[in-house]
Amino acid sequence: MWEHSFRDPRQERRLFRSRAIILGLVIFLLLCGLAWRMAYLQITLHEKYRDLSENNRMQLRPVSPNRGLIYDRNGVLLAENIPSYSLTLTPERAQDQQHTLTFLNELIGFSEREWEQIETRLSQRRRPFEPIVLKHRLSEEEIASIMVNRNFMPGIDVEAQLVRHYPHGEDFAHVLGYVGRINQQEQNQLDLDPEAKRRYSATRFIGKTGAEKRYEDILHGEVGYEKVETNARGRVIRVIERQDPAPGEDITLHLDIRLQQLARKEMQGMRGGLVAIDIETGGILSLYSNPSFDPNLFVTGISHADYAALRDNLDLPLFDRTTRGQYPPASTLKPFVGLAFLESGSTSWSETITDHGWYQLPNDERIYRDWKRTGHGLVNMERAMVESCDTYFYEMAVRAGIDNISPFLAQFGFGRNMTLDIPNALPGLLPDRDWKRGRHGNFWFAGDTVNLGIGQGYMLVTPLQLATATAVLGNRGKWQIPRLIYAQGEQPVEVAHGDIADIQLKAPRDWDRMTTAMEKVITDLRGTAHRLHQRRTYSIAAKTGTAQVVGIKQDEEYDSEALKERLRDHALFIAYAPADNPKIAVAVVIENGESAARTAGPVAQSIIYEYLGGAEG
Amino acid sequence: MANKDFSRTINDSQGGSGFSRSSALFARAHLDLPLLLLLLLLAASGLLILYSGSGRSIEMVERQALHYLLGFGVLLAAAQFPPRFYQQLAPFAYSLGVVLLAGVLLFGVGAKGAQRWLELPGLPRFQPSELMKLALPIMVAWYMAKRPVPPKLSDIIKAIIILMMPVVMILKQPDLGTSILIATAGLLVVFFAGMSWRLIFSLATLVAAAAPVMWLFVMRDYQKQRVLTFLNPESDPLGSGWNIIQSKTAIGSGGIEGKGWLQGTQSQLEFLPESHTDFIIAVLAEELGLIGVLLLLTLYFFIIMRCLYLSSRCETLFARLVSGSLAVTFFIYVFVNIGMVSGILPVVGVPLPLVSYGGTSVISLLAAFGVIMSMVTHNKH
Repeated sequence: MWEHSFRDPRQERRLFRSRAIILGLVIFLLLCGLAWRMAYLQITLHEKYRDLSENNRMQLRPVSPNRGLIYDRNGVLLAENIPSYSLTLTPERAQDQQHTLTFLNELIGFSEREWEQIETRLSQRRRPFEPIVLKHRLSEEEIASIMVNRNFMPGIDVEAQLVRHYPHGEDFAHVLGYVGRINQQEQNQLDLDPEAKRRYSATRFIGKTGAEKRYEDILHGEVGYEKVETNARGRVIRVIERQDPAPGEDITLHLDIRLQQLARKEMQGMRGGLVAIDIETGGILSLYSNPSFDPNLFVTGISHADYAALRDNLDLPLFDRTTRGQYPPASTLKPFVGLAFLESGSTSWSETITDHGWYQLPNDERIYRDWKRTGHGLVNMERAMVESCDTYFYEMAVRAGIDNISPFLAQFGFGRNMTLDIPNALPGLLPDRDWKRGRHGNFWFAGDTVNLGIGQGYMLVTPLQLATATAVLGNRGKWQIPRLIYAQGEQPVEVAHGDIADIQLKAPRDWDRMTTAMEKVITDLRGTAHRLHQRRTYSIAAKTGTAQVVGIKQDEEYDSEALKERLRDHALFIAYAPADNPKIAVAVVIENGESAARTAGPVAQSIIYEYLGGAEG
Repeated sequence: MANKDFSRTINDSQGGSGFSRSSALFARAHLDLPLLLLLLLLAASGLLILYSGSGRSIEMVERQALHYLLGFGVLLAAAQFPPRFYQQLAPFAYSLGVVLLAGVLLFGVGAKGAQRWLELPGLPRFQPSELMKLALPIMVAWYMAKRPVPPKLSDIIKAIIILMMPVVMILKQPDLGTSILIATAGLLVVFFAGMSWRLIFSLATLVAAAAPVMWLFVMRDYQKQRVLTFLNPESDPLGSGWNIIQSKTAIGSGGIEGKGWLQGTQSQLEFLPESHTDFIIAVLAEELGLIGVLLLLTLYFFIIMRCLYLSSRCETLFARLVSGSLAVTFFIYVFVNIGMVSGILPVVGVPLPLVSYGGTSVISLLAAFGVIMSMVTHNKH
């Protein structure tokens, strides 16, 4: 080639060599630069990056404690934890969330309810990398089809966890309550207290109502921790250290499953509440409101449809009649006001009055009728109790006056929630002058006292209060605060009296005489509950009550057939037994049950026999 | 034509020891024994690191071993062709490369938002830019070798036009990393050809001045993002900063002695991204520590120095230019990769030569060494 003639190969070679040497030097220096950089990272910054890398792989993860179990007095399990497999999604690890959900839907099928829940949970605030539950209680087929396809769905896991289960479902729904998912509001509440936030850092369920809520502290337990090694996708490779959670303590309640199941059976088709109390200890043996519901529905989240069905049911299955149903005590109040008359000296056991079927206050047109139009004739305290003579109580109430009656009734716990561990129980209403002035801006009239004498008018009680008062009555004025809890772990729970004093009567013999009168409610031929006598096994001291649901106008005939079923009178019944040495006190309210002797009475009687029968033989 | 000095040095090196004799044997096979041994050593280390970086995938190690086997075969073949062959082939290879690159831009196959692959019927999917890595420096050398030394300014400008064409096309794909590497390889040829220092500095100034223009008009958003992330990786710790943070953590936590082979938590627990390809040196740094890194750097240094030494002894200007520029390009790969993984350069997709997993890269790099060996072993023709 012609260029070659201009060339000087030696000079060319020299030039190339010098350039190669220069580049060689530059390359050496740059490699030294890389080495220096590596040395800087690996020597100077070694500690920093060593820590970073440790943090990368180590995660401290809280481990939720197992919730304590709940037993009844016979050691029957009322609330247990059963393993359940849930499908979870960790959005941080999912590649195409929507696609994954659609695929899962084809695989196992989500119900409308589950879609709703998934959407809510996806939109809720949560801890980073915390899995979201897509579906609870997977069946074995579902688990199988998910596991087979898991590689196509990053971020999807099947998680085993213990879920609360109530084996006796509806029997204990109101009294035990239930646990449910910690909601936003509860989470905010927990977050306020650093200690609570820590304790609940791995917990998904919390007691929502009933004993589950009341004993949350005991049942919950202490969170544990495990130090795990995870890969970059957050999957646990191995557990390095573990501090086991301390499971919640078990609790044993005074509740007796036999009574609870019997109450449910006996109250079939009725609306009402039943409370039974162990007189000696104050332990609540039974607390049943009918109709009931299945608390298991609420544990992992109830569907709108299920909830609407319960909410819109006219029989109000979600309503706990035993602690939140407030009814006029009607004639079941008579033993208590009767004692108030005696205590205030307004009358004595021997005094008799004549009942023509009505009572009238001096200078008042208004006629207060006895339930028996023809009147009871000559009655004393005992007769008035047995036949439930209204006129007698009208008269004596006026004699004693509200200022004697109301404070005396208060000693039995009326107007307050006197239980240890049923925080939501309503207090009922025990009226007095101050209350009326405050509430109605009006004076207390003699007519108000007349009504109060037979447990009508303003006064309201819950079945729980009635049972409590009955227990105190049966226990001759000695208080045992009603409570559900019997033992925490192995240790029986000691409970002090509380702030209420035992009732001291001026004549302690009046307790026995009142008991005798109440026994005759069943044994006497004219007793209002005499029809229970034929089933007599134990001697029972009882009192019936019939609470008006609608005010009947003065001269109108009361025709129960004409009234819609729901406007019929409520039937009430209180009792304790055995009369001479009472062990159990029972109060039953049957809404629109009309005749206590036909509806509420037999229920109470069955409960008592079951309990005493079981207790004694 | 034969240079007497040159012949004498060749004869000197052939005297005496058994090593030299076997060296002569290799010379007849157009191979350079020391370079070949160094490359084999590098390949062996590569397999060792890959086993760990791939999460103990025997399958991947086997495939990579196959890549090496093919690569060394290509090296052996490439070394057999005389430099004149490459010189004559250069314009055709270059033109073919340009046509294929145009093809990529027109109907290339995309991945991750970039069009880099070409699927031609009957051929496996391939990246034409890989061909350019070899064809471009040879083409520029072909051009410069015909010009007087030192080259005139007009020739240099023409050479730069030749090299800019494919560079711009690769930039369009877009593939910033490869286009910079190819441009550098071409410019190195011009540098070796004797471009004056004054011109080099002016050009450097020009590039510096062009940088803002590049930023505003040429670079894509994701490329800008990479540069921004490079400047401050902590600004996006879970996004584009993740890679560099994790790789620095892997390197730094390795310390001087390392955590032990297969014991690196960053890589074994998959915190380190692309641990078997671009970020494989972080695996080495974590598990074998600074000692391992320095050994690898030394290995690279010896390879490059051997190549430069050999190219300085080439007979023709063309051979010197080709082998010298390929050797320095190889170094640039090393530097860019390690600089990027250790956080002193922005993240551009450049594999660690002969260590990162990947068939195309291994084979084309070994082919380049084959070309280098061809340049230095065919001194008499």
